[in-house]
Amino acid sequence: MTNLNKIKVAVIGPGNIGSDLMYKIMRSDYLEMAMMAGIVESEGIRRAAGFGVPVSIQGVSAVVRNPEIKIAFDATSAGAHEKINAPALKKAGIIAVDLTPAAVGPYCVPSVNLEGLKTKTNINMVTCGGQATIPIVNAIHRVAGAEYAEIVAAIASKSAGPGTRANMDEFTETTSRALEVVGKAEKGKAIIVLNPAEPPINMTDTVMVRVKDRTVPFETIRNSILQMVEQVQKYVPGYRLRVPPQMDGDKVSTVVQVQGQGDFLPTYAGNLDIINAAAIEAAEAIAQELLKGGDGK
Amino acid sequence: MKLQIVDATLRDGSHAVRHSFTAGQAREIAGRLDGCNVPIIEVSHGDGLGGSSYTYGFSKEDPFSLIAAAAGAVKQAKISVLLLPGIGTIADLSRAKDCGASIVRVATHVTEADISAQHIEATKSMGLMAVGFLMMVHMLDPDGIAEQAKKMESYGADYINLADSAGALLPEQVTERIQAVRAAVKIPVGFHAHNNLSLAVANSLAAIDAGAGYIDATLRGLGAGAGNTQIEVLAGVLQRKGIETGLDFYGLIDASEQAVAPIMLRPQIIDNGSLMLGYAGVYSSFLLHVYNAAEKYHLEPRDILVEVGKRKMVGGQEDLILDVAYSLKKAQQA
Repeated sequence: MTNLNKIKVAVIGPGNIGSDLMYKIMRSDYLEMAMMAGIVESEGIRRAAGFGVPVSIQGVSAVVRNPEIKIAFDATSAGAHEKINAPALKKAGIIAVDLTPAAVGPYCVPSVNLEGLKTKTNINMVTCGGQATIPIVNAIHRVAGAEYAEIVAAIASKSAGPGTRANMDEFTETTSRALEVVGKAEKGKAIIVLNPAEPPINMTDTVMVRVKDRTVPFETIRNSILQMVEQVQKYVPGYRLRVPPQMDGDKVSTVVQVQGQGDFLPTYAGNLDIINAAAIEAAEAIAQELLKGGDGK
Repeated sequence: MKLQIVDATLRDGSHAVRHSFTAGQAREIAGRLDGCNVPIIEVSHGDGLGGSSYTYGFSKEDPFSLIAAAAGAVKQAKISVLLLPGIGTIADLSRAKDCGASIVRVATHVTEADISAQHIEATKSMGLMAVGFLMMVHMLDPDGIAEQAKKMESYGADYINLADSAGALLPEQVTERIQAVRAAVKIPVGFHAHNNLSLAVANSLAAIDAGAGYIDATLRGLGAGAGNTQIEVLAGVLQRKGIETGLDFYGLIDASEQAVAPIMLRPQIIDNGSLMLGYAGVYSSFLLHVYNAAEKYHLEPRDILVEVGKRKMVGGQEDLILDVAYSLKKAQQA
């Protein structure tokens, strides 16, 4: 049954990220899961089919053949997005929400810059670590300036799939760049550590920023961070500060933790949860624009 | 092949001097080691390429200029660098090559060998020697370690190095780990000790007896925690044992006394903190960060170390020492 108040979307890539996205889309007031596309028969394809979602193993070519699909989430790999999926979606006029580190389109961190990106045809969701830390860096930047921002993302080994493991450099490089482009740090540095402890650890990220203006009172910086945390919590309910903001000389540090919503992987996989929750937040904003414009009806 | 001694004074030793090595010191130390016939000299920030940071400590001088200085001072020795995927990148690796490095040791936590594929393959494609370096090997059983080593071999590693990063292993545990990996792979196996339980030289001997072909050591034992296997001691012990290394024993003693002792910030001893690292199985590089946090929060370093051990924090998680100290303080105040 077609819902006239929802925009039809596809997910390309039925792995950990894609499967978790599907659960979140099925809960959305603005998005309707119209296709799960992969390139081989897989557990993810079977799972989607089990929910009654149309599936295909012809990848993006199946997505572009369906004229009702307006938005596609790409949860494949940087190479596949850049070379195959992004050009095909663009040609078909389908908006791409890119969860790979390809960054064909502009970086999107909803609490910081979603406003300007609602009409773009391709947006990139940076990385899980970027989604968790860039808001904090930007919150410091807007009141005191950020000369240098460094983040350490610790994730449970179990939540890092083969894609993440084969692309460690893409994670650090994309996150470092986005700390600069969206976080507005003059220099960004990102570090990722996998921790195999059992039971698995919640995703934890440390943020350290060297401020530019040392005359700004710590209280002002702290309040800016706390306001930003509330913004992020609107779309990532498990987002919180584990260690409140501290100041040592010109260094502000804080530790954030993300507990997932337990949609596909257990709650320790906050890394999966935050990038997907951000992608959904962005896609819903785009969908509302489309619905306003009369598209999709 | 003759037993190869890998000197890591200018890498693991970097922790002990809080990453304050200068290009002049690198030139002096590498030149002396080269003259003493040490075949491989490792130069990097203690946490590898890209390690200079708030989290691990900023390098006083550009780490790449230290690599170039060491490379310019050697005649026969090869220069090695350490790289932890997630901290250093292939771009760093390529710069290290331009500075004169010809060996890359790609280090991962003992259970996470598959994150090294990208970097080992890149090393090989640049025509350099690649080493698969497994850290914290006390945390996994011998068969499990052998499985991880096989992965690194399949990516193209030229040898596998097992690191007892917490200095927690006893000699018989070293023996069974080296034996298991040797049985599983066709490439040589090496060992990297820490002296937290005063076993670095004994564990290195156990590794050699079990067939290790490469052993890490440093002048004065300079390194994280209680330091590493002391190279001049090892050279003397191996001479007494009749194992040929080609090392110049007296030359190393002089290098230790004249080039390293004067720049040390603290004596390389087993203080209480270092002992607790080995006892609780904690990554040796955490020690100085724990001392900093203990001072800031007015806590006992050993309480922080035990909690870090309980949380099974792995190498690279220095950032979370702040989190541990903060939670302990809050619990105390509650």
